[in-house]
Amino acid sequence: MKQKRWLALFGAALLVLALLVTGCGQSEAPMETETEEETGAEEAPEAASIMIAGSDSEVNLVTRLAEEYMIVNPHVAIAVTGGGSGVGISSLIDGGIDIANSSRPMKEAEEADLKEKQGQDTHAVRFAVDGVAVVVNKDNPVAELTVDQIGAIYRGEIANWSEVGGEDLAITLYGRQSTSGTYVFFMEKVVQADYSPEMRNLAGTSDIVEAVTNDLGGIGYAAIGYATKDGIKAVLVAADEASEAFDPTILENVTSGDYPLTRPLYQFVIGKPSGAILDFLLYEVSEAGQQLVLNEGFYPITNADVDFNKKALQ
Amino acid sequence: MRSRTEIMMQIIFWASGIAIILFLVGILFTLLSNSLPALSEVGLLNFFRPGLWRPGAFGEPTYSINNFIIGTFMVTVGALAFAVPLGVAAAAYLSEIASPWERELFKPIVEVLAGIPSVVLGFIGLVILAPILANLFNIPSGINALNGAILVGIMALPTIITLAEDAITAVPKEYRHASLALGGTRWQTIWKVTVPAAFSGITAAAMLGMGRAIGETMTVLMVTGNMIARPSSFLDSTRTLSANIAIDIGDVVSNSVHFHALFFVGLVLFVITFIVNLLADILIQRKPEVNK
Repeated sequence: MKQKRWLALFGAALLVLALLVTGCGQSEAPMETETEEETGAEEAPEAASIMIAGSDSEVNLVTRLAEEYMIVNPHVAIAVTGGGSGVGISSLIDGGIDIANSSRPMKEAEEADLKEKQGQDTHAVRFAVDGVAVVVNKDNPVAELTVDQIGAIYRGEIANWSEVGGEDLAITLYGRQSTSGTYVFFMEKVVQADYSPEMRNLAGTSDIVEAVTNDLGGIGYAAIGYATKDGIKAVLVAADEASEAFDPTILENVTSGDYPLTRPLYQFVIGKPSGAILDFLLYEVSEAGQQLVLNEGFYPITNADVDFNKKALQ
Repeated sequence: MRSRTEIMMQIIFWASGIAIILFLVGILFTLLSNSLPALSEVGLLNFFRPGLWRPGAFGEPTYSINNFIIGTFMVTVGALAFAVPLGVAAAAYLSEIASPWERELFKPIVEVLAGIPSVVLGFIGLVILAPILANLFNIPSGINALNGAILVGIMALPTIITLAEDAITAVPKEYRHASLALGGTRWQTIWKVTVPAAFSGITAAAMLGMGRAIGETMTVLMVTGNMIARPSSFLDSTRTLSANIAIDIGDVVSNSVHFHALFFVGLVLFVITFIVNLLADILIQRKPEVNK
């Protein structure tokens, strides 16, 4: 009997809480619309929802952008999930989502597939720049590598650290799996051939960080944001033997383009964007959006990227 | 009235039974029909020739699953090599030696072990087991086939313990009494009489444990390193068939050769698991012979 009374009390408390929460929501919503009307810039906003999925490197950044955007535009609901660039693009092709996050450009076969299934061309926006850091164990004396050396290491041509000025120690290669945009970016930009079959294909960036932390002879690659973790260090990378090596953890090196391993982050949409999707994309590349990009550990887009975006956003 | 309910029930149960068969046939049909384009494009033999799995190669794509079959075999055999002795010993203890309250305590614990999500085991393997193995064998990294084998062995243990215990318990009392009456010690009775008498049941337990081990994906994916080269030893990284499907399926362009090739990998996995389970089933059927 006593139990039942507790249950009833608990139920009542839940009910009150639920009422309070919905009450708050209701009282807040009209205020927001009022401010919209006051500005009077746009006609009454229609409720819209945007589904975004794709690159794991982008998921946190895009979630933050969406949160900030939704504060100003409460009529738009944006849901962001990860899964990898490949997953995002195939979801877009199948029409399950509105925007695909991808840290690599779309393949020709994917573009053709999308056109066939959706009847429209895809449009792309570059909304941030990401750098890929090459990481080694913190006790590894090697501090600098050229892009060529890193490529040779990942092709399996250099198998010992002594060949690049380090100790006599075998190199263990760690990389991502083929679903990862970073995997594709690194293969095309650095390896420029097939990865060595000896490379370990790990599921995520934190797996690579974990592996390199525990392996004195390990080398891995990860988004720059991860390169500052304990137990690993980012090597300085030079574009070629003649040029200087740059530290990716210093912002200016990446924004100036001096650090060689940078990549634009993409978002793909079906057809030319319009309505809420266009509005969100414009917010991302706006000054406020780019400031947020910087705060989240990524880098603002360059003038070349702005030109690239014109096709989709104008 | 009763007969009508009975007929209804009969139909429902019949339909449920048929549904299971339909699911199996449906899965087999899907795998087969989706593998065919890859078979005609790549050729059956090229899947099994020594080589590499490189569907997204810079040059000509290659689709050899040779190394993955070796990897799957290593992880499975390695897992069974320690899970079977451990599981049978635990089962013998549970059915022959343990007091009732020990059994009451132990059996739920075995079931809890079966309920641990594989991703949790994978994480433990990555963060805890890998550094231990690296130190123990003085190798650069503990992300290797042995790590996967140990974890998969742990996952197969509950199946092996439960089934082996059933098999040992099913050995008639007379066998034990005869052995003890002839002056055999308890150890001799267990080791020389009871366990051998339950042999086919224990083998079936091992086979079903093996079926579990072959298809295990998440744990293996996380801890074996998944390199595409042929592993040189248990201390080397390797990739299994199931891990290969999980890795590639996320970014494959649907209806490409790569896509269909993955279905073929699934078909190979299906056939292997099917054979193992069939053998286990035959062995379980044979069990009554022991009791004669």
